[in-house]
Amino acid sequence: MLRTLFLCLFLAVPVQAEEVVAGLSQNRIAITANFDGSEILIFGAVKREDPIPTTEQLEVIVAVVGPSEPITVRRKDRRLGIWVNTDAVEVDAAPSFYAVATTGPLVDILRDTEDLRHHVSIPRAIRSVGAPQTISDAEAFTDALIRIRTKNGLYQQLENQVKLSEDTLFRTSIALPANLTEGAYKTRIFLTRNGSVIDAYETVIDVQKVGLERWIYNLAHERPLIYGIFSLFIAIVAGWSASAVFRYIRT
Amino acid sequence: MPMQIYLPIAEVSVNAFLLLGLGGIVGILSGMFGVGGGFLMTPLLFFIGIPPAVAVATEANQIVASSFSGVLAHLKRRTVDLRMGTVLLIGGLIGAAFGVQLFNTLKSLGQVDLLVKLCYVVFLGIIGGLMFFESLNAIRKSRKPGAVAARKKHNWIHNLPFKMKFRTSGLYISVIPPVLVGFFVGILAAIMGVGGGFIMVPAMIYLLGMPTKVVIGTSLFQIIFVTGFTTLLHATTNYTVDMALAVLLLIGGVIGAQIGTRIGVKMKAEQLRILLAIMVLAVCGKLALDLLLQPSELYTLGAGGH
Repeated sequence: MLRTLFLCLFLAVPVQAEEVVAGLSQNRIAITANFDGSEILIFGAVKREDPIPTTEQLEVIVAVVGPSEPITVRRKDRRLGIWVNTDAVEVDAAPSFYAVATTGPLVDILRDTEDLRHHVSIPRAIRSVGAPQTISDAEAFTDALIRIRTKNGLYQQLENQVKLSEDTLFRTSIALPANLTEGAYKTRIFLTRNGSVIDAYETVIDVQKVGLERWIYNLAHERPLIYGIFSLFIAIVAGWSASAVFRYIRT
Repeated sequence: MPMQIYLPIAEVSVNAFLLLGLGGIVGILSGMFGVGGGFLMTPLLFFIGIPPAVAVATEANQIVASSFSGVLAHLKRRTVDLRMGTVLLIGGLIGAAFGVQLFNTLKSLGQVDLLVKLCYVVFLGIIGGLMFFESLNAIRKSRKPGAVAARKKHNWIHNLPFKMKFRTSGLYISVIPPVLVGFFVGILAAIMGVGGGFIMVPAMIYLLGMPTKVVIGTSLFQIIFVTGFTTLLHATTNYTVDMALAVLLLIGGVIGAQIGTRIGVKMKAEQLRILLAIMVLAVCGKLALDLLLQPSELYTLGAGGH
């Protein structure tokens, strides 16, 4: 009874004073044969009944997260003069893509407890349960994962990249690289004041191979034997006809 | 105009003209030197960022296609020893099955890149070195013409059991050596994505004593079936055959081979061989350096879940 009362009070205080309404320039991304990356524009507004509170600064965080998958991170070491993979750490779930755009430095606009709850920052989005006992520096492996994916444009920390005007309208754009994985890309928008999340919005961007790409990929994974025979056939026909064209040109 | 193409299986985006160009350059070389080109193409694919597993499997697919018209021409000219080809093929199929198994085991251990690259360094090093010194000697000898070395007619090969008559080659030898040669070449096809002609042709001439005129046709006959089988094994166990990549490389390759054949006719055999040797050694050196020097990034990412 008391708990319900507390919950009511807790919910009643913010009373959704500020709500986020948002839109995306596209919520489907098609990987076609000539796919070379894409850029999505995320925009929105803060809806409120009352005048703009002036006490604390309003901040906006936009996070786009790709499908998570387990990853093996391997480290090379010198053995017998050559560099070979020696240690390996399994990361249980790491997003294949993660971009977080903010109006300011993430550490300033989001409290650690809120980050822990909503998994907003990149290290919080990666779940790693434990490394084998033989490896003492498991953190180096997660750091390497973040470093490599950041270099490939798959993990992006875009501080000050969300433009907020009049404390009401915001927009940002996020570049999706060419080496995207298929799946549902969860897009989340958080409004924060004084480091606490006051409202959140969530939508999904579908990233899918389409057309020929889709067909080849499905065939290769669902009917591998037929795909193998078909690849041989296509290659033989292509090679044969290219040389036939050459013979024809020569005569 | 850059034209990126997203490869459906390799899952990388590369420039289509780069692939056509690579196919073309390797095609020119294979036309000039009369080699398959797989042993140059696969490492070049590593260099442009195609995952090694996809490079090896796709190259096997491409070799089938590029050898196809050659096999037909040799069959028409009756320069294929079908019996010897079948014996080599039996060894080859067993070798390929064994090779793919080894490939998959090491892949799950995260050591497949190392295996493929080490194989390349060793074989390219040996072949390139041998060719380099042989053609240097040949150039030196051609200045003062001497006697041609006589071929040994009888060696230990002739004392092995399970003898069989190979009429087209005019041989009566044990089936053990050709099966072993085929087996070895099959393993190489599965691990390195090569036809293996560069090993098989010398083995057929020097070890089995086959007449030169049937050697190329018979080796192509074996290669086309072994690489075909390898393609199917990789396609069904690893899903790493990229059809789009194979076709692009092939088109470039066919065009390049036509140009290469014409250049080859105008050049001297020894000069050609020394050029090829230098090229093979250069690729070998690059791969060896990658293994010997400390990489700028010590960590790599692989699919998890095992």
